Amino acid sequence: MRAFRKRLRVLVPGFLAGVICLSVSRTAFAEEAGVTTAELKVIADTVWTLVAAFLVFWMNAGFGCVESGFTRAKNAVNILGKNFVVFGIASLSYWAIGFGLMFGDGNAVLGTTGFFVNPSQDGAGFSSLDWANIPLFAKFFFQLVFAGTAATIVSGCVAERIHYWSYMLFSVFLVALVYPIAGHWIWGGGWLGALGFQDFAGSTVVHSVGGWAGLIGILLLGPRTGKYDPSGKPLPIPGHNMALAFLGGMILWLGWFGFNPGSFMAADARGISHVVVTTNLACSAGLLAATVTAWVLLGKPDFSMTVNGALAGLVAITAPCAFVGALESVIIGVVGGVLVVLGVLAFDRLRIDDPVGALSVHLLNGIWGTIAVGLFASADSPGGGADGLLHGGGLKLLLVQLLGIVAVGAFTVIVSAIGWLVIRATVGMRVDAETELIGLDIVEMGMEAYPNEPPHTSHAAVRRAAQNQPQPGPTAVTG
Amino acid sequence: MVKIEAIIRHYKLDEVKDALTRAGVQGMTVTEVRGFGRQKGHKEQYRGAEYVVDFVPKLKVEVAVPDELAEAAVEAITTAGRTGQVGDGKIFVIPLSDAVRIRTGERGEVAL
Repeated sequence: MRAFRKRLRVLVPGFLAGVICLSVSRTAFAEEAGVTTAELKVIADTVWTLVAAFLVFWMNAGFGCVESGFTRAKNAVNILGKNFVVFGIASLSYWAIGFGLMFGDGNAVLGTTGFFVNPSQDGAGFSSLDWANIPLFAKFFFQLVFAGTAATIVSGCVAERIHYWSYMLFSVFLVALVYPIAGHWIWGGGWLGALGFQDFAGSTVVHSVGGWAGLIGILLLGPRTGKYDPSGKPLPIPGHNMALAFLGGMILWLGWFGFNPGSFMAADARGISHVVVTTNLACSAGLLAATVTAWVLLGKPDFSMTVNGALAGLVAITAPCAFVGALESVIIGVVGGVLVVLGVLAFDRLRIDDPVGALSVHLLNGIWGTIAVGLFASADSPGGGADGLLHGGGLKLLLVQLLGIVAVGAFTVIVSAIGWLVIRATVGMRVDAETELIGLDIVEMGMEAYPNEPPHTSHAAVRRAAQNQPQPGPTAVTG
Repeated sequence: MVKIEAIIRHYKLDEVKDALTRAGVQGMTVTEVRGFGRQKGHKEQYRGAEYVVDFVPKLKVEVAVPDELAEAAVEAITTAGRTGQVGDGKIFVIPLSDAVRIRTGERGEVAL
């Protein structure tokens, strides 16, 4: 031991000296080779933006786990399949058409250049993104994973009753046309951004667009068989795997640490540190508020509401994250958490069947987050911008935010409806009753997620519900 | 020979197994089942909707014993499996016409 310590006394300083010499000489060498500080900044910005983009990409796994956990085992392969293919679809659609429509130079409504993105377009044609100092492909990839997120929101809304191909077709439509045009208005140099609309990471651009498109899908599909009894009372269709839902929630929480801070598209130390904290505070406040709300209203701390609450807080803080402070983030999160629980109960009362709470998480809180900017934004924040109502800015910002919510909402609803209706009229949309009872995995996918497990089906309850007969008492549709 | 089928609470398995072994029973088969008798289901809730789960998880223990061991086996399961609450389960004793040991082809009581 003593001999070892003696050696350490020589080795450690020697090692440190070596490191110092090497780094000094490397810098000197770098300067000689012509790598400037400015170029190092580009490297840091690019690496951070791409790492953040990888985290957002990984949110697809999170959505898959949450959606599958909250739905039945007999549809698991189908739901996971939708979440997996949607990113492939988004990648191709956004590369071919969407990115150009959204960020290409054009007019106040849409971009008209920049399709089939390639690196030779670097430096020209995407002036709305010139504020970011990284290669075009890095900007493209970062924006792509956001488009993918909007598309994967829809899969939760239409779960357990939509044809696989109908969802795939709609995803092409959403990512190629709907999402980019709305996004152009706000981030791509369009008219809403010009009016001062502020959405830092996409409560409106990503989450409300996904939510509106999903809402139309839900309305055109109708509820799952057996979800509401003849008197309209919601029957529970319990999710099959809360462990998976937990994992999904955790993955999404982590992913948001890329979603929000990454939106600087720069390694802005103060900015990303600020946004990481506001993001986390809103998530934490949201999940606790939702848990307490569920506990008070429903008698138990429903874990599915806890997960929804975390996501609600995250969606709500997505727009304001760079414009608000810590305490405001907590308030925004608390409101989001309460809102999501009330939303789930309200949608069920309206017989709007939302299997995973996607509307309450993404649509309602996408709207709330956008409004929150109008209330709490401060010009003296890492995101800059204007002052909101509570920071002496008056009503101006709030009114622009409301205008944006209505404009994007109307546009998305109308165009999504056209898309869904065309799909429904041509290739169909909803699976038939027997397919729904047997399960999409066996009929549409040709395989099961858990081949050796016996089905936990209350056949009698499902059959009664399918035939619209009154149930003898509240019985879960467990199949 | 008789076949004894017992529906027991799932957490009583170890006690029942030990009691049967002490009584001289050499093997058993256990299956996970769901069922109900006079025990009502329990209430659960999911996202605001309350419901009753009718079918309660139980275990079915099956043993095949010679006639002289039947009463001891029933007694063992009853004592080990009883809590005194509704839902303790039931035992069915079924006459067995034959038994075969697959490895050797032996039949009758020696195969048990």
